[in-house]
Amino acid sequence: MERVEQEVATERRSQEDRRTRGDRRKPEHREVSLESYDREELHGMLSAMLLSRRFEEKCAESYQMGRIGGFCHLYIGQEAVAVGGIHALREDDYVFTAYRDHAQAIVRGIEPRAVMAELYGRVDGCSKGAGGSMHMFGRDVNFMGGHGIVGTHLPLAAGVGYAIRYRGGDQVVLCYFGDSVVNGGPFHEAFNMVAKWNLPVVYVVENNSYGMGTDIDRVAAVDHLVTRACAYEGMHAERIDGQDVLAMHDAVSEAVARARGENGRPTFIEAITYRYLGHSMSDAAHGTYRTKEEVQAERQNDPIATFSDQLMEADLLTREEYDEMNQAAIDATEDAAEFAENSPHPDVTVTYDNVYADEFPGLGRRDAWR
Amino acid sequence: MATRVVMAQLSPTMEEGKLVEWKVKEGDEVSQGDVLAEVETDKANMDIEAMSGGTVRALLASQGDVVEVGALIGVLGDPNEDISAIVEQAGRASKDGGDPEASGTSEEDGAGDESAATPEAESDAEPEAETAEPEAKTAEAPEARQSEESGAEASEARKASSGRVKVSPLARRIAEDAGIDVARIPGSGPGGRVVKSDVEAAIASGGPAPEAAPADEARAPARATVSALRPARLEEERVELSQMRKTIAKRLVQSIGPVPHFFLTMEIDMGRALDLRKSLNERLARRDDGPAKVGVNDLLVKVAAEALARHPEINASWDGDAIQRHGSADIGIAVAVPDGLITPVLREADRKGLVQISAEAADLIERARNRKLKPEDYTGATFSISNLGMFGIDEFTAIINPPEAAILAVGGTVEKPVVEDGEIVVRRRMRVTMSCDHRVIDGAMGAAFLQTFRAMLENPLELVS
Amino acid sequence: MAVITYREALNRALREEMQRDGDVFLIGEEVGEYDGAYKVSKDLLDEFGEWRVRDMPIAENGFAGMGIGAAMAGLRPIVEFMTWNFALLAYDAIVNSAAKIRYMSGGQFSIPIVFRGPGGAALQLSAQHSQVPDPWYANIPGLKVCAPATPADAMGLLKSAIRDDDPVVFIEGELLYNVKGEVPDEEHVVPIGKADVKREGADVTLVCHSKMVKVCTDAAEKLAEEYEVEAEVVDLRTIRPLDVDTIVDSVKKTNRAVVVQEGWPYSGIGAQVVDDIQREAFDFLDAPIARVSSLDVPMHYARPIEKHILPSADAVVSAAKHVCYLD
Repeated sequence: MERVEQEVATERRSQEDRRTRGDRRKPEHREVSLESYDREELHGMLSAMLLSRRFEEKCAESYQMGRIGGFCHLYIGQEAVAVGGIHALREDDYVFTAYRDHAQAIVRGIEPRAVMAELYGRVDGCSKGAGGSMHMFGRDVNFMGGHGIVGTHLPLAAGVGYAIRYRGGDQVVLCYFGDSVVNGGPFHEAFNMVAKWNLPVVYVVENNSYGMGTDIDRVAAVDHLVTRACAYEGMHAERIDGQDVLAMHDAVSEAVARARGENGRPTFIEAITYRYLGHSMSDAAHGTYRTKEEVQAERQNDPIATFSDQLMEADLLTREEYDEMNQAAIDATEDAAEFAENSPHPDVTVTYDNVYADEFPGLGRRDAWR
Repeated sequence: MATRVVMAQLSPTMEEGKLVEWKVKEGDEVSQGDVLAEVETDKANMDIEAMSGGTVRALLASQGDVVEVGALIGVLGDPNEDISAIVEQAGRASKDGGDPEASGTSEEDGAGDESAATPEAESDAEPEAETAEPEAKTAEAPEARQSEESGAEASEARKASSGRVKVSPLARRIAEDAGIDVARIPGSGPGGRVVKSDVEAAIASGGPAPEAAPADEARAPARATVSALRPARLEEERVELSQMRKTIAKRLVQSIGPVPHFFLTMEIDMGRALDLRKSLNERLARRDDGPAKVGVNDLLVKVAAEALARHPEINASWDGDAIQRHGSADIGIAVAVPDGLITPVLREADRKGLVQISAEAADLIERARNRKLKPEDYTGATFSISNLGMFGIDEFTAIINPPEAAILAVGGTVEKPVVEDGEIVVRRRMRVTMSCDHRVIDGAMGAAFLQTFRAMLENPLELVS
Repeated sequence: MAVITYREALNRALREEMQRDGDVFLIGEEVGEYDGAYKVSKDLLDEFGEWRVRDMPIAENGFAGMGIGAAMAGLRPIVEFMTWNFALLAYDAIVNSAAKIRYMSGGQFSIPIVFRGPGGAALQLSAQHSQVPDPWYANIPGLKVCAPATPADAMGLLKSAIRDDDPVVFIEGELLYNVKGEVPDEEHVVPIGKADVKREGADVTLVCHSKMVKVCTDAAEKLAEEYEVEAEVVDLRTIRPLDVDTIVDSVKKTNRAVVVQEGWPYSGIGAQVVDDIQREAFDFLDAPIARVSSLDVPMHYARPIEKHILPSADAVVSAAKHVCYLD
């Protein structure tokens, strides 16, 4: 009895810790001058964040209406991490992420229509309906997926980095992943190789504090995830506020420049961020492993609101312009949903498409009774 | 922007929810995450939360209503925006109704559930003219294989009543092609399984003898009759006559009518003849130029020829005003073929050795089965032999093929108890019945022929001397 | 024609393909400075340099994934596993990424990668180092799996595997590396998915691959000498896709089959071959199909037990006699 009480007491204490953890979590502020950006760039970033937000909200609705099936992991709250990072890239750079990939896909340049159609499982989806929410791919924009197994895309990103070096190119790879990845094997194996051979990869951990339902502090043997990189000499590492889109953009721009070319070096960025909804559509936003107060508190720091306020204060954005951008995002989202709704379901004749690239004698030879 | 509040699918199995209580009223200002309503689902009472902030503009369901998953129950938005379009859509949707599993008929019907189930083309009511039928899709799918003719065999096997016959698929097929009842062939495989070598031996011997396989193998247990293997089904059916059947009918009517038949039956001990055949085959097997094995029928043909040579009055034909005795024994061998019976002729059997007769007979039989016989192959016999022993027949009477004077009907060789020197012993016995044309052959003549025939079979060494 | 070893044949294939196509490169443990744990990559580092022949840390999951990423970017990597036992650590990368990315992306990305290394038992290497990986990979749509038995086949198939745009699992054998055989002097490419009749016969079909081919040809000699049974030996060479036509043609001729494989019986490659034969050649079978496989136990260390566990020519002879009804 005493043991149980002790455990309960410990649990409650850690819950309180979480509520006041804000200070512990908060990274150093990175001063970024607005003057180093032109108005178009700034508006571009805000528009991209608005589009992500509206799109993900629409996904929530569509999922509840049964249009989207399976797992659906929404990015609401983390937009600055995707936008700040990807807007620092060149067109010929590469992007990898895990399964919370809708925003990165759209920000990188896959048409919202194609992403929504993919979510709906229709033939006009960017992966032809074969992948679904977790497997967005866009070869034309070097969007390399969309990967479902935690952490296993980090070596893939290293491989693209290897190919770049092999060919003497100067592109870079931007690879996003969640906080829990840092405790697993593939993270370490990838970091070791990338650091050893100076592969042009920028790894960004989107630390939203929770690996599904588990607070990262309960299972990681480090306080700050960025510390993990110290084991890999030659890898630059820093911790930034992922809710600050300009800080994100600045840090990734530096990292990308650091990685480019034959003397390039890799970087590990820990971006502190937060998701406002549950891990997926099957997970509650609060009430199980997160308190309502914590979520509300984080919402005060909404990256879109913060950024638009900042721009308006600096006279770089008017209310009308904001409303126009927001409406454009709504329109694009509604258009995407309508497009997806009207796109046909794939026919069973596509079942064997793309299993192989090259000849495969006897494909489906043993399949019968359909 | 206006946000739809829908009856959310709060558990994977939920199809409808009961609105227990609204926690807000129209005009209230809410933030994302605020609870809008309490809903009773199939599992528990749960909350519906606002997915984004705004003013509650409309509550479209009443407390206590049971609403389908996906249906619109409220609208959030700016205080002054026009939400009439959304509300109208909802109105139409609730009129159309239908359960979530029904195919979505229009965009307004938010109750579609297609993405949850496998999207079958048929269930999607949107016009997809290019969709082929499921059967066609199966056909287009690369190399999908379906069940083959083995299904027919499987059903036959299932219908076997007592005493199931064990046969390898290959043996069964060979036996069927040869028109042999597999149930009568003793099996040398495990559990009495009939295998290819057993069937081939049966074919070569012209019928299943109890030792079609090496004689020291365990005897196969008694088997059920052949009918057990056939599907039991009678049907009214008018079968057109093949040329063969017409010919058989015409000729044999011509025979049985004018020809005065009488019948002589004799039982013959086959022990020594079969032993001779067995040792002969062993010797043949060791030869490099390997002629095929000698069968029982070949033996009968040879013996008949030799007997005819000693009884020329049997090897004759009624010629109207004379009896024509023939200068050679040309033996007709009756062969069952798929739609009837044909009798190719083994010429000058009295002048040919057993091995040569065996080879020629095998060739004739194969050509007969493949319908490759020419007229000169099946006309001009002087005596015929018909063997139904392989079909389980003990004895029968055959109809003479005109203008021959006789035909020998051979039954199966079976083991039976006989009395020898006052003791009961087991011997292998075969019964033959000779049909004779009384215009040419008298009873005593026919009997004498049969005695010679029997003597030669029972003392086969005399054949080689 | 030259007579070279299986290992030399692989070396030659690697060299020729790396010369032919600058996108082909090799990674793995010890492949560079050590010349390869089994010397398969001898002298390649000297010829091609360290970007094209790179020694890896002992991190199979990591470097298999790295290879797959490089393939996504358009290179043609060859990933060597020192043995297929260690590749289990990379099983997720092979199955969830290499085999599936093309399908999941709607055809946008291909993974032209070869994973190669020795599989199966060697001599007294015990349970963890003697495993047969064949069925673990043959089961997976999206992969191709090859397992050549002779130097000529090894050379020709490795070339095909490297040129193939799909991920290929290439299973060699420690005990095969020293086997000698004739290889053509000119370029020799063996197509993926074609079996090869190594010995013709009319009485019984022996289906086998990799190390079992010699076991079967030895058994065939015994069967001919002692029982006058002429066995036809069908070497699968590729186990996914299986060349069902060649197998079935042989069984239609002989009417009886013995399927021989190293590795455990449950869901082994032999099980699949039996299924294909019974489905497509049912009416030609005069006996049930017999299987010879390793015994259903982990590999024991002691020499006589290991020998007992592995399939032998005598075991194949017994099975062949049984299906010929000679026992």
